[in-house]
Formats: sequence, C-alpha cells, structure tokens
Amino acid sequence: MESIFDLDHHREPVTADLDIPAALCRQHPLDLPNPSELEVLRHYTQLSQRNFAIDTHFYPLGSCTMKYNPRIAHRLANLPGFADIHPATPAQAQQGLLHLLWDLQNGLAELTQMAAVSLTPAAGAQGELAGVAMIRAYHHARGDFQRRRMLIPSAAHGTNPASARMAGFTVTELPTRADGDLELAALERELGPDVAGIMLTNPSTLGVFERQIETIAERVHQAGALLYYDGANFNAILGRVAPGRMGFDVMHLNLHKTFATPHGGGGPGSGAVAAAAHLEPFLPLPRVQREQDGRWRWLGRADRPQSIGRLNAYAGQIGVLLRAQAYLRRLGRAGVKRVSSYAVLNANYLLKELQRVGYRAAFPQRRASHEFLLTVEDLHRQTGVRALDVAKRLLDFGIYAPTIYFPQLVPECLLIEPTETESKATLDRFVAVMAQIRQEALEQPELLKGAPQRLKLGRLDEAWAARHLQLVQER
Amino acid sequence: MPYIPHDEEETAAMLAAIGVDRIDALFDEIPQHLQTFPQGVPEGLSEMALAREFEERAAAQPSLRSFAGAGAYAHHIPAVVPELIGRGEFYSAYTPYQAEASQGTLQVIFEFQTYIARLTGMEVANASLYDGASALFEACLMALRLRPQQRSILVPRYLLPHWREVLDSLLPLQDVRCIELDADPQRGTVRLPAQAPADAAALIIPQINALGLLEDVDALQRWATDQGLLSIAVVQPLSLALLREPGGWGESGADIVVGEAQALGIPLNGGGPYCGLFACRRDMVRQMPGRLVARTRDAAGRVGYCLTLQAREQHIRRGQATSNVCTNQGLMVTAATIALASLGAHGLREAAVRSHRQARSLLAALLDLKAVRRPWDGPFFNEFVVRFPISAVQLRDALLADGILAGVPLAELGLGEDGDLLIAVTERVSDEDIDDYRAAVGRILEQ
Repeated sequence: MESIFDLDHHREPVTADLDIPAALCRQHPLDLPNPSELEVLRHYTQLSQRNFAIDTHFYPLGSCTMKYNPRIAHRLANLPGFADIHPATPAQAQQGLLHLLWDLQNGLAELTQMAAVSLTPAAGAQGELAGVAMIRAYHHARGDFQRRRMLIPSAAHGTNPASARMAGFTVTELPTRADGDLELAALERELGPDVAGIMLTNPSTLGVFERQIETIAERVHQAGALLYYDGANFNAILGRVAPGRMGFDVMHLNLHKTFATPHGGGGPGSGAVAAAAHLEPFLPLPRVQREQDGRWRWLGRADRPQSIGRLNAYAGQIGVLLRAQAYLRRLGRAGVKRVSSYAVLNANYLLKELQRVGYRAAFPQRRASHEFLLTVEDLHRQTGVRALDVAKRLLDFGIYAPTIYFPQLVPECLLIEPTETESKATLDRFVAVMAQIRQEALEQPELLKGAPQRLKLGRLDEAWAARHLQLVQER
Repeated sequence: MPYIPHDEEETAAMLAAIGVDRIDALFDEIPQHLQTFPQGVPEGLSEMALAREFEERAAAQPSLRSFAGAGAYAHHIPAVVPELIGRGEFYSAYTPYQAEASQGTLQVIFEFQTYIARLTGMEVANASLYDGASALFEACLMALRLRPQQRSILVPRYLLPHWREVLDSLLPLQDVRCIELDADPQRGTVRLPAQAPADAAALIIPQINALGLLEDVDALQRWATDQGLLSIAVVQPLSLALLREPGGWGESGADIVVGEAQALGIPLNGGGPYCGLFACRRDMVRQMPGRLVARTRDAAGRVGYCLTLQAREQHIRRGQATSNVCTNQGLMVTAATIALASLGAHGLREAAVRSHRQARSLLAALLDLKAVRRPWDGPFFNEFVVRFPISAVQLRDALLADGILAGVPLAELGLGEDGDLLIAVTERVSDEDIDDYRAAVGRILEQ
C-alpha cells in the first residue's frame, strides 16, 4: 500500500516573526507531507483494515489474554472530565479521578489479597522491574546487601530475567519437572544467603497450576528470600485464588490482559504492582491516598521516604487504569469469578477437542488452566511441518496464530488461550479448522509451509528485513 | 453475564466433553483452602449505572483552560485522531508479531519511525517507549552500553525534575549515577565545567529546559564532542517545527534523541498514556531498546513490514536483552502518526508559530502588571517563568475559580522561588483567554 509520505500537496510556507535567535532555529523547512484530511482518513482507515484484531478475528494467543475490550470502558475513559486533566492539576481539582483510582487500588488489593497497590507501572515489564527493585530495597533496608541473585524457572517469560537484570540481580534458572511443576530439589540446592527472591507465574507459562506453591513459599521464606508473582496468567484464577494467600510478597498485574484494556497494536499496557504489608513502604510513587476528611491526594516522597521512587514522568497510564476500573466495576464480585470459571472451561474444552482431532498435549496428565500447550513435534517428524507453519496457516482461516515456540522447553509448541469471552461456536469452528490443518499437514505439507496463501501478502521475509534494515522511508 | 456468551446448555455440553460435572471441578489441582471468594469487591453494575458513576466522577472536576506545561501540553487534537484510533482494528489488535496479519499496525509504526527521524534529523527511530522520561532512562542505559567503561551521566540542573526522579529511581539499580551540572543563575541555562568527569558516558541536553528556556545547543553539543561524550537530546517534538533539529546540533549532531510525543494528538489524560520517542544514529541501532519495524517483502516480491532486530529484545535474548521492555505505546503511536499526518508540515509549523506568538502575548500582558517580572529572560518557545509578588501556589489555586489552570508553581517542582510560576501556552489559547488570565491575575494581586 502507498505510504503517507506519497500524499503531498504544496502549501504556502507559514511566515513568522519569531522571537528566537536564528542560530537556534531550523535552517531547512520540515520535510513532511501535507495530505488532505480526507486522504489521511482514507489512508489510515485502509491501513486499519490490514490488521487482524479482536473486534474482527479470534485470537487464541497464549499468555496474552486477548479478551473482548468492552466499549463502555473506552467511552468512559475518554470523558472530557478525565481526558483533559493536566497532570499538574492540584488534587482539589481532580477529586473525581483520584476517587476512581483509589477504588481501583482497593479492588486490586482485594483480588490479590495484598496490603497495598501502586498503579504507576506503565506495563507488565515495568511492574516486574518495580517489584524486583522493591525486593532489593527491602533487603537493603534490613542491612542485607548480600542478596544479589534472583531465581527464575527456565520456562518464565523473557521479561522476568530481563527485569531482574535491570534491577541489578544475576539470574539463576530453575528446571521444571516432566509434569510441569518446579524441580523442588533444584530450588533447595540454589537457596542461600545470596538469594534475594524467586519470580514465579502461577498458573505457570506451561498452562498448569504449580501445585507445590505453598511448599515453595515456605522454603523461600525460610531462606530469607521473597516471592515475586508474575500476574500474566491471573485470568486463570481471578476472583478465586489470591497470590497473597499463596505466599507471594509482591506482584504485578497486566491490566491489558486480565482487566480487558485494549492491546492497541502493542500498547499501552499497564502493570499495577501489589505488595504485602512488609513491602508496602517500597511501592513506587505516586499513589492515591484517602485523607481523614474523605478527600484524596497523591502520596509523594515525603510520605514514603523508602519508596523505590518514580518510574514515569507522571502517575502511569491513567486512561488505561480508568478502563480497568470500569471493567472491574461492571463485573463486580460475581463477575470476576465467572471470568476465571469460563476462561478455564473454554481452555479445557478446547484442549479435549483438539486432542480428539489428533493434536498432542504437552502435559496430557494435567488439568489445563486458562491456557494449554500443544506440541506438533509428531507432525514435524512425519511431514516437516513446524509449529510456525500451523500458525501461519491459521491466518488463512481468519484466526490469529497462537503463541509459538514459547516456552522454549517444549519443542514445536503452540500455546493456546481462548479466554472467557469466546463462545462455544467459535471454539468449535477453531477445532474444525485445526482438524483440517492437521489433515493438510499430512497430505499437502507444502501448503502449510507456504502459508499464508489467502492474505494480501505471503510470508514476509524477516531475514531480508534484518539484512537491509530499511527502518525509515527514504526521501 | 457481562461479556461471557455461554448459556446453560452450552456450558453443560462443554463440561460433558471434558468429563466433569461442574466448573469448580476444573480447579481440582488447586488446594481447596487456597480458593477464597473476594468478599471485599462490590457488586457489579449495569452498563447504565456504571456510566452514571463515571459521568458523575468526571463532572466532579472543574473544566479548566490549561496553562500548565512542564512536559505535558494542551494542544489541539484533530478530530480524525480519536475517530481513527477508536477503530477496533487498531484498538483491539495485538502486538504485530504475526506480520502478515498486522500490516496496518506495522505500517503505522514504520511511518511513525519516519516522522520522528525526519522531525529530529536523525537516521533511525524506534516504535516508542512508555513516555519521555522512561525513554530518557533507556537512553542513558544505551549510552552506557556504548561506553561500557563509564559509570555516570551528566544531567543539567534544569532537566524536568520528574524526569530526573525517574533516572534517580532506576539508574542506581545498575550502579550508574547522575552527576548534576550547575546552571548559570542569571541565565537559567547550563553552565559547562572545563572538564567532564572521567567516568561520564553522556551529556543530557534538554532543548527546552525545565524553565522553558532554550539552551545554546550548538555549544553543548560541541563540548560533548570535545570531551568524548555521547549526547542525549531531550526534545519537545512540536517545537521542532521551529527549532533546530538535534541531528543538526554542533558539527556532529546529537547521538541519541528522546522526547515526549504527547503534544502530537494525545490527550492530557491526567498524565498518561503518553508516548516516549527515541531516535539515534544508524550505527547504534543494535544497542537500541524497544521495538523496531523494517520494510521487507514476501516471496512474490510484494512490499510489507515486519518487526526486526528482535534478537535485541527480551522475548529472544531474555536476561541479555537491551531492555526488559515488552510493549510500545501502540495506540498512542497511532494517534501521534495520524496527528502528524493531519497537521502536515504546514499545520505543525502553524501550531508551533501560534503557540509561540500567544505565549509572547501572555508574557507581555503579565509583565504589564505591577511587581510582576521575569526572573530569567532568555529566548523561549511556548513556556516561560513569571515571578509574582505572591506565592505561585496561592495564585494558581485562586485562579481555579476562574476556570483557569494558571501554570505549574516552580516550588512544586523543587525549583525557583515561591512566586515563580511556569506558564505554558499552546495554539488553543485565544486572545480572549489571555485577557481573562491577565484580568484574573490583576484582580488577585490587587487584593
């Protein structure tokens, strides 16, 4: 498709009498196009039509929780009373906003059974960084500077080790047993006075609940270390199991997953952190506080001198937080529990049905959580077809591809998460498509290797892109 | 059941297929005593009741004409921007890992990268980071990857204090420290030392500084080059319609450029979501944080776009990645790109010129008042400090009653004196707004 830079019309230059020394001013006119408003509208409308999206396609994308993004949340977050607030507005002139953020802090604290919440992290990865930085600050505040190591299961999200490293830790990976649970003996071997904590996702990235979680928490705490909970899979247990009860000390939530805020083509995310009482003083700032007189204000450094501090210029992705609060308020107590109920129902149903049509579960002896892992290693051996090919073929049927090759410890894997907002009919159609793809793999493997066949573009050459590295439009 | 489609019959059929009799049985691997019901969460609301609650909260705050800046500005947003970014195909799309199913998002990002590169005069730009301040943090880490022997960053005193706080929170985690550069007390701009500290990797150059003043960027860039330092430019993108682009600073141009793109089509939103822009020299691209989109082709030679150099990122490189960042500000990037397209070179310059002109008018109107003066009188774009004979906090609070957010008291930023107010003016400010502002201030000062 043409580029916006091809749509240009001449416009007379704007002349101006500037009170700025010429040496500080631009010497050449801006080299940007001047398309007409209609051209802009058409161009970006047409671009939008070249996307898959939840509003148009099923997204069985493991570890990403691509559920419906309620439109009411979008409308309410954009009310001028919120959208037009300047971040430096004094608290007395933003009480309505602070009230809603306060409600969200409390709602999340209740659902996680943690003592306090900070909404400022801009995404899950920043929430992780905040959480592990809090663990570091906690140990330092106790005069313990020896704990420089973070334990992380080898199947964890890539952000876990990356965040731990950004917080100054070295990372030790822990192995997983054949049944998907953590290798407890390895944990016990690694624990010691140099270990600051462990980062866990539960249910894990393998799509199963870590059954030894209480034992793990006990051992980790006995060794003087803390437990970090990666909330990426919170949809599986929302309203049913609280990380605070499992023994976790600090955690983040992905509001753009569990709380239905939009992915927006890659962001903005939002990664609230929640902490048990002993870590509350270290939560990032600002946070909302309710005063004795019933009014709300931002907490700052003077209120929480031990805080790890500020992560962004302002208080986080407030427009996203409002959407999350609208969603939580709409669902309420009964609604949140239904989310995990039906997310897990849909996943287990889909797993059974896909097994019925010939696919292999990576952990067949386990109950699926809100997602599950398949492996197509058998197909690969028989036909040369890879998980990538199955994923690309799904696009031809108008279904977004599942997460592939993650976690890396299961070969040729597909991580599938249907979410609670998909109907049985959608799942049944997915199963039918997957059955057909399996048949195609056995009979015409070339069809899959050349997929997608029916989209505007065929498989794009990522190696070519990296070799030529055209990152901007040439003039 | 809000947003869950299953009826009883379907649920029963699914349970039967799985081979259990009720949904709770699907949680049988979780110890029973861990399963507790969240009593403290209130009952759910109908869509109508929910809307009423939010509308009441939104109405609880006064509608204000904003003269506040300090990194966030009330610029006009073309109507096509919210219209387009609300389209489900943008709004509800995923990260474009599956390129063939994400060409819309990918081309938007490619256009954004091009816009930012051209505005800043740099060779490459990425798909954005969380906001300007976190982009600056990432730029500091990138500078240290490029200068692995060094351990500090030179930070001017008049970098926006909130941005400085982000550096102070996050850089020490990796044993990196900020060394503050003094400001010239008369001019309010950077005062350079004769010699850079031995362990410094980079100099941060904010063009527009926290007092709204313009720095002598050529001199700062030349000094950085002479001292063997990398330079990190911090810019306000709309101002680049008038101001010299960082790629043209000094003889060599800046090395890394970051900034807050909120002024480009993104609502104030109480402080977020915003959009951190990030550009650099092409030979540094492998050290860049965040997503990058490249043009490519399919087997038939048709042009398309895909994510590239993903081996820098956490989902491939894990603990060795250039950053832990796993998102970009997707929808905000879309907003900024569409705003840039709608304004065009012409509209951008018009908005910048008018912001500048109206700022000069308001400043002149205020300086007309008795005992009001400008403590630093250097050139500015659209933001300046005025010193009032009364506390700026008091003045700001008093003007709320007139429906005016008068500015950001410097004292709230930990800078300046009690009477100092940082005032920002955009193209949305009319002559009448200026008169109203002046009249309201005049009234307060007379009391």
